[in-house]
Amino acid sequence: MTSETLVEINDLNFSYDKRAILKGINMTMPRGKVIAIMGGSGCGKTTLLRLIGGSIAPSSGYVKVAGQVVHELSRDALFQMRRKMSMLFQFGALFTDLSVFDNVAFQMREHTNLPEAVIRDLVLMKLHTVGLRGAHKLMPTELSGGMARRVALARSIALDPLLIMYDEPFTGLDPISLSVIGNLIRRLTDALGMTSIVVTHDVQESLKIVDYVYFISEGVIAAHGTPAEVRDSVAPFVHQFVHGEEDGPVPFHYPANSYASDLRLGDRFA
Amino acid sequence: MPRRIVLGIRGVGHRVIESVWRLGRASHFFMLMLLKSGISMRRFHLIIREIYFTGVLSLIIIVVSGLFVGMVLGLQGYETLQKYGSESAVGTLVALSLVRELGPVVAALLFASRAGSAITAEIGLMKATEQLAAMEMMAVDPIARVVAPRFWAGVISMPFLAAMFSAVGIFGGYLVTVVLIGVDEGSFWSQMQNAVDFRYDIVNGVIKTCVFGVAVTAIAVFEGYDAPPTAEGVSGATTRTVVTSSLAILGLDFVLTAFMFRGMS
Repeated sequence: MTSETLVEINDLNFSYDKRAILKGINMTMPRGKVIAIMGGSGCGKTTLLRLIGGSIAPSSGYVKVAGQVVHELSRDALFQMRRKMSMLFQFGALFTDLSVFDNVAFQMREHTNLPEAVIRDLVLMKLHTVGLRGAHKLMPTELSGGMARRVALARSIALDPLLIMYDEPFTGLDPISLSVIGNLIRRLTDALGMTSIVVTHDVQESLKIVDYVYFISEGVIAAHGTPAEVRDSVAPFVHQFVHGEEDGPVPFHYPANSYASDLRLGDRFA
Repeated sequence: MPRRIVLGIRGVGHRVIESVWRLGRASHFFMLMLLKSGISMRRFHLIIREIYFTGVLSLIIIVVSGLFVGMVLGLQGYETLQKYGSESAVGTLVALSLVRELGPVVAALLFASRAGSAITAEIGLMKATEQLAAMEMMAVDPIARVVAPRFWAGVISMPFLAAMFSAVGIFGGYLVTVVLIGVDEGSFWSQMQNAVDFRYDIVNGVIKTCVFGVAVTAIAVFEGYDAPPTAEGVSGATTRTVVTSSLAILGLDFVLTAFMFRGMS
């Protein structure tokens, strides 16, 4: 592991109710990069984020963040580490009883003793970064999906984390909001020198902004590479995924008995 | 047939095991909440905010219900007592019924359906919309930040709401019997003053409300926190809060009354 590596995942396995979700995952995520984890729905992408964040413990293997094995940390040490990491949830997960301003100020008030005047300036600066300084008095229910995602982004950079994890940040956004969020992820990563892990299945948007891509299929890393390598890949799974083909290594049909026997056609068509 | 019996027995066993697990989870949760209450106590403004939502906003329903319950008690009491020529004792009847029983019990039942259900739904929805998970990821403990303030706000509000219920109820009884029917005002108040004992009636009533407050809010916060993060999960949890708290209130009321008023005339 080099000193530039922020997240190291080594032979990680995770099972839920004896069902293997992740099998032998190895990844290295350097500082200052945007890394995408792609794969179909239910392939274990979000589980991987939860393992990195320490919400769940692996069955075997480990995740190291900034040199510390996450699942071996005590709760206090885990909470200390989480002050350096952030997570953007799929639909923002803004606190609905707090205004936009208070949402962004939340962590500053919880974890620092900064005077209210300083918090005010910091919050407005964070909101300015995502273009929503003028919306600081609104409540989350008054925001569109894209705006809520931007406020959540401002909230997640409130304490200048080393690592931000994005869980499906592009889901349900119009093309303009999609591009805004994509560019913000890239710009913030470069400006703050942090590491971004983007879990997504939006191939076209993410290939524009990321430095490296991991594809997960059925719990294992099916392929990985830079966006250029991925676009040119001839590996069947990557090709199907990047070009959105209906059939391929990921079949259109859910496994079933033969069509003829399900329709009780007997031997006539079997 | 034997297979059905086996399945039946297995079903019963499954439910029993589930219930015991749930009880264990609830006890663990309750202990965690108590342990983490220090943070809420140090940041009392969090509790004050919740007292507004659970206590102050429940005042309307408590005051209106208290007034009507007191008025009905006055009417019914007068109706019965006048047969024996002791209608002046109606004040005693209204006050004792309210302070000992109806105040704590009805106020707690109303509190469970107004504030308890709201607490469960709010915490359950916060869980379903990943707000609690987001808080955890921000290194803020949701039990300390979200659950404990709501619990203590409920526990603090309950005795005041019940006191308000009883006071307004007594006023309702006064309105009906003294102002409308014309029972002697002096005997209404003086008989009440003589009959109501501070230690046995008022203090016991307050103890009951405190116990009900703990039971209702503990059930409400646990159901919310334990709710499956789906629409059906939250609606089921809200229903369970109202049903379980109501049964808990009535059951606890019997137990407490049996201990408090035995041997009292």
